[in-house]
Amino acid sequence: MRERHAAKDARRAREFEAFATGAAGRLLHAATLLTAEDPHDNPRARRLLTLALGHTYATWDRLRGEDPYDRARQYLAARFAREAWHHAPFPRRARPHPAGPLAALPPRERLVLVLRLFEGVAEEQTAALLGLSQERVRVLCDRAAARLLHPPRGSAPAVGGAPPAAPVAAP
Amino acid sequence: MNRARREAAVRALLEHSAPRVPPEVYADAVRVGGRMLRRRVLARRLLWLLLLAAAVAFTVWAVDVHPWVEPPSRTTTPLTGW
Repeated sequence: MRERHAAKDARRAREFEAFATGAAGRLLHAATLLTAEDPHDNPRARRLLTLALGHTYATWDRLRGEDPYDRARQYLAARFAREAWHHAPFPRRARPHPAGPLAALPPRERLVLVLRLFEGVAEEQTAALLGLSQERVRVLCDRAAARLLHPPRGSAPAVGGAPPAAPVAAP
Repeated sequence: MNRARREAAVRALLEHSAPRVPPEVYADAVRVGGRMLRRRVLARRLLWLLLLAAAVAFTVWAVDVHPWVEPPSRTTTPLTGW
């Protein structure tokens, strides 16, 4: 009994380590975009990553063929959404130094943009994950993209390096 | 077409600078996950214990009280005129 338990623990640790080394980079990048922190100073994103990976570790034996990356991403998004919703409006961070490229967007738009464009999650899945309608997701995504590519004059702080000269015609 | 190009531009912007993964992330995740797991096991054990205690208490009570036996009647028809 005990031996079986130990063997199971060892197998879980091995599999999980392989997964984590592969997925941590991408997940941390997504988390850093979500929290709009500087890529080299991102304590909130690291915390989110640790929690998401920890949750994946805890549910590892009950995955039943589901993609662990999917699970971790889902948890990350849900966790970020909960924190952003509950503490909205986000206390403006007292750190003036250059933040991530999405710092000018509100948390919900960041979340939709990262899930849809960075992670490539389908529109229906994003909608289901966030409890929004598909149209709403599309509108939020379009608005966020527009705001990112054409920062409104005056209100936009330096958005971490000017966006590339995207040839975006107005109509 | 226009939309696709705009999305490609945003993607390029998002991919721009990837953060470096700190080496202790894996150990931290295992620690956090292990704690979650232990807590879950403990909660499950406690609930089973509670269920067991409730079942035992009910059995003891039932054996003692015999709730299935009809209680003796307390009322009788008035006995008059004999």
